[in-house]
Amino acid sequence: MTETTLATPNAPPGTIPGWRGIAADWASDQRAFKHVSWGKAMMWIFLLSDTFIFSCFLLSYMTARMSTTVPWPNPSEVFALNIAGQHVPLILIAIMTFILISSSGTMAMAVNFGYRRDRVKTAALMLATAAFGATFVGMQAFEWTKLIMEGVRPWGNPWGAAQFGSCFFMITGFHGTHVTIGVIFLIAIARKVWRGDFDVERRGFFTSRKGHYEIVEITGLYWHFVDLVWVFIFAFFYLW
Amino acid sequence: MTNAAVHVEGQATQHALHTYVHDAVASGATHVEGQQHPIKLYLVVWGWLFVLSTCSYLVDFFGIHGHLRWSLILLFMVLKAGLIVAVFMHMAWERLALAYAILLPPVLVLVFVAIMVFESDYTHLLRVMFFASAS
Repeated sequence: MTETTLATPNAPPGTIPGWRGIAADWASDQRAFKHVSWGKAMMWIFLLSDTFIFSCFLLSYMTARMSTTVPWPNPSEVFALNIAGQHVPLILIAIMTFILISSSGTMAMAVNFGYRRDRVKTAALMLATAAFGATFVGMQAFEWTKLIMEGVRPWGNPWGAAQFGSCFFMITGFHGTHVTIGVIFLIAIARKVWRGDFDVERRGFFTSRKGHYEIVEITGLYWHFVDLVWVFIFAFFYLW
Repeated sequence: MTNAAVHVEGQATQHALHTYVHDAVASGATHVEGQQHPIKLYLVVWGWLFVLSTCSYLVDFFGIHGHLRWSLILLFMVLKAGLIVAVFMHMAWERLALAYAILLPPVLVLVFVAIMVFESDYTHLLRVMFFASAS
């Protein structure tokens, strides 16, 4: 028993490999994802639903863009900045991308230290992740302000296809909301880690259930998803 | 004589086994609990995400156009998404029943994409026909 666990730490005893295992899980007449905690399974299912929402946004944007007879504004130029007299295309978005990727890196390490029950490092890395996220939202606020000043509205813009504005505010706005909620989520969980709630199995004020360090991984799932969505927005909205 | 030897040997083995199990349990307390991968793995993935993002940015910076642009952008996008889901979100180590339940539905969205491409072509055609100023 112990040896099996040691050999493959993440495969619980009784796991059948391959498609036979999938069939066995789904046909088990019990819960399908055996040994996957409810918290994690539910977060994944929530993220799947969120995937559909973002897919619909990106799809409607694609449809709008492909069907206009008026030229689409060139994102490379729209999101260019003048830095020290130099005109650098798309630089703002590039920096935002690097910041979000870095936040994913610190989050992944936070999960690791969480399972090692290193309270201080876990909380510090989660707060670093939150700080990156807040920076991202701040840069997005700057980006929105700049575009609104230049006359971009949900119903029009100075450079061409009117749908540019509605797509931009819809997609980046919804993503920014996700980041903001993620920052709040991160700070809340980081506080619990810092306080040692998961070491003493302190009960939550709302659910009155015992907390576990697994919540750090679940928070991480949400956070990485936000980064994941940005990968697609970066490719389809800014690079197209 | 032989019996004694076997006995001593057996005891030694048992002792060694006991220590081994004890160690396993001790390390298992932190090990079995959840996803444990070396920090180096995360740093390597982090590095790759930086490299791939830079590559995507350079595609735009150098003004590559046409099919090459799209091939490169989609390639870097898929690689980045794959790294994030597989390593950062630990999908590579999840139960297969969960992995397929989560990963297959988004793939089916591609059918929707195809439908909307046809639909937008049709809308575009109508606009060109009825609203003059085509581009």
